[in-house]
Amino acid sequence: MKSLAELAAIREKALKEISLRQSNDGYKIIVGMATCGIAAGARPVMNSFVEELKKRNLTNATVSMTGCVGVCRLEPMVEVIAPDGEKTTYVKMSPEMVEKIVVEHIVNGKPVKEYTIGNADN
Amino acid sequence: MQIYRSHILVCGGTGCTASKSLEIISELESHINANSLQNEVKVVKTGCFGLCEKGPILVIYPEGATYVTVAPSDVKEIVEEHLVKGRIVKRLLPKDAKLAEVVTSLDKVDFFARQMRIALRNCGVINPEVIDEYIACDGYKALGKVLTEMKPADVIAEIKKSGLRGRGGGGFPTGVKWELASKPVADQKYVCCNADEGDPGAFMDRSVLEGDPHSVIEAMAIAGYAIGASQGYIYIRAEYPIAVERLQIAIKQAKEYGLLGKNIFDSDFSFDLELRLGAGAFVCGEETALMTSIEGKRGEPRPRPPFPANEGLWRKPTVLNNVETYANIPSIINNGADWFASIGTEKSKGTKVFAIGGKINNTGLVEIPMGTTLREVVYDIGGGIPNGKKFKAAQTGGPSGGCIPAQLIDTPIDYDTLIQLGSMMGSGGLIVMDEDNCMVDIAKFFLEFTVDESCGKCPPCRIGTKRMYEILERITEGKGEESDIEKLEILAKNIKASALCGLGQTAPNPILSTLKYFRDEYDAHIKDKKCPAGVCKSLLKFVIDADKCKGCSLCQRKCPTNAISGEIKKPYVIDQDKCIKCGACMDACKFKAIEKKA
Ligand SMILES: Cc1cc2nc3c(=O)[nH]c(=O)nc-3n(C[C@H](O)[C@H](O)[C@H](O)COP(=O)(O)O)c2cc1C
Repeated sequence: MKSLAELAAIREKALKEISLRQSNDGYKIIVGMATCGIAAGARPVMNSFVEELKKRNLTNATVSMTGCVGVCRLEPMVEVIAPDGEKTTYVKMSPEMVEKIVVEHIVNGKPVKEYTIGNADN
Repeated sequence: MQIYRSHILVCGGTGCTASKSLEIISELESHINANSLQNEVKVVKTGCFGLCEKGPILVIYPEGATYVTVAPSDVKEIVEEHLVKGRIVKRLLPKDAKLAEVVTSLDKVDFFARQMRIALRNCGVINPEVIDEYIACDGYKALGKVLTEMKPADVIAEIKKSGLRGRGGGGFPTGVKWELASKPVADQKYVCCNADEGDPGAFMDRSVLEGDPHSVIEAMAIAGYAIGASQGYIYIRAEYPIAVERLQIAIKQAKEYGLLGKNIFDSDFSFDLELRLGAGAFVCGEETALMTSIEGKRGEPRPRPPFPANEGLWRKPTVLNNVETYANIPSIINNGADWFASIGTEKSKGTKVFAIGGKINNTGLVEIPMGTTLREVVYDIGGGIPNGKKFKAAQTGGPSGGCIPAQLIDTPIDYDTLIQLGSMMGSGGLIVMDEDNCMVDIAKFFLEFTVDESCGKCPPCRIGTKRMYEILERITEGKGEESDIEKLEILAKNIKASALCGLGQTAPNPILSTLKYFRDEYDAHIKDKKCPAGVCKSLLKFVIDADKCKGCSLCQRKCPTNAISGEIKKPYVIDQDKCIKCGACMDACKFKAIEKKA
């Protein structure tokens, strides 16, 4: 170890790996992964979130799963809970939609209205 | 680098390993693979979480869900429910979780909520076998700061200012110790770590080394810089194989990163570290005996002075500190002496780790701010006494310490208060006793330990503790005489004054403190030939209550010495001459007809 900068670089890198275990005050991305969600393609959606966060070095969000919320026809559903507790529910998700949500919602704090439950063609 | 959506932390401490946590890890890995989750979920083996009573423990992040008493057969359900479907397996959550709906995270359980973790900050959080995880939690930052920004004298001043005192028993101010060792001019100095942990029931140091070995390594390097030493030794008992292995891995990784070795952080400072394994003799925890043992000789103490700060290992100036003392150092450097000094009481700063055992619901490892009362430890953190029994006393300081009786349960725990009460902080074993414990028997237990562990070098300890033990034995057998108490007191006084090392000097403490608070129990044994708690076998009688006995003959069949006789449907009787007082009849009786009479 030659310098503090070298140590800091290792720290930065390792921190990303374990940030998941610290109490996370950032965004919570919760993917519905009950049978209905999985059948509708929730797993690739969830993986895309993990990939996208990794690609952009984002540590202010965690991805976790939940069971069926009961509106199975709108699956795959994803709920994003902002640090202030504000909830946004995205419906009929596909991996292609993930990038936009990450960029606009997780990075810039603006929910992507057109993907939310309010806009779902009922 | 791989980013995962979920981390599963499994306790790999000695306790949980013994209850199959390694099997759980391999089950987890196979079910994770079977569900093709291996790129999403990472299994991490950590050190002790502290709640050993409920082990093996498993925590799943990001939810922070804590599963307790997990068996390998539960793993399939955890993977299929929690990891695949995102449904918490409620039946495995801790029982005292108040909010059934909300995921129970560790810090919301009462056991953890009242703790404050400094020495144990990384235990159960990081994988102790991966140096990067330690670095992620500010590891080696303190060493970097010390080597690039501080002079040795600054480091010593900072530690002095923090008020940190030795956690190995004596409570000597750590900064002062370092200052003393920094003064002599010598071609070589040494830094040693006492990981002998000989107190019966204590496992604080083991858990730190198993859960966060780098914190001790980093602190020893800081101590080396402060006093001008380039070589360190960790003296650890060979009975701690997991701790030894993790230390070896940690030292190797630190060397690879150049955090041990030559010119650390491009400074002039070089420091190397080696392990020395002890054979588990209690006396080798005493500082002069420990150093003699490192030198390859028989581990026996020698008189002080000269003190190790001037003439220690190989007669060179040496600093010896306890594992937990070291584990506090990096946090003090990183957060400042004032931060540390703001925690605790006036003369006892910071926190103390205790291994709580005995008659307590939550057996395990806790770290509390100094000054926390014994009541909080026993009832709030420890969850109280099992089976609705009454708290009688707590023993701190192991065989060198004494007991704190129920009437003093609101005593704040710090170095000086405990000494005043005739006990001591010790290294942190805390054994809880209830109404079923006989205090004379407890004193005898600790004396038996010191008699066994006395190295034999000085007569007061070798012969004196043996004589005290014999007197206690006599008393518990109902053969005590009234003059015995006085004899004990005279022996105790003389042994304290004349023994060579701390082992002998403190050996009478368990007797003196039980005499102080439980004199009536001694008197009952000696004068009335009774053991009020019903423990001392020679003073007990098992009798069958003829009114309650239904004559079922179960006790007769259970008795190993055929001491019980009678006819079916008529009351049975116990032949006191044949009875060995094992209690098997009492356990077997369905009608509570058998009584233990003092
Ligand atoms: C009989 C005896 C056994 C001891 N055992 C230990 C031990 O297991 N661990 C320990 O750290 N200190 C033990 N000590 C205390 C050490 O002698 C020494 O004071 C301590 O390691 C210094 O470190 P500290 O200032 O950080 O507490 C023991 C002392 C005596 C007299």
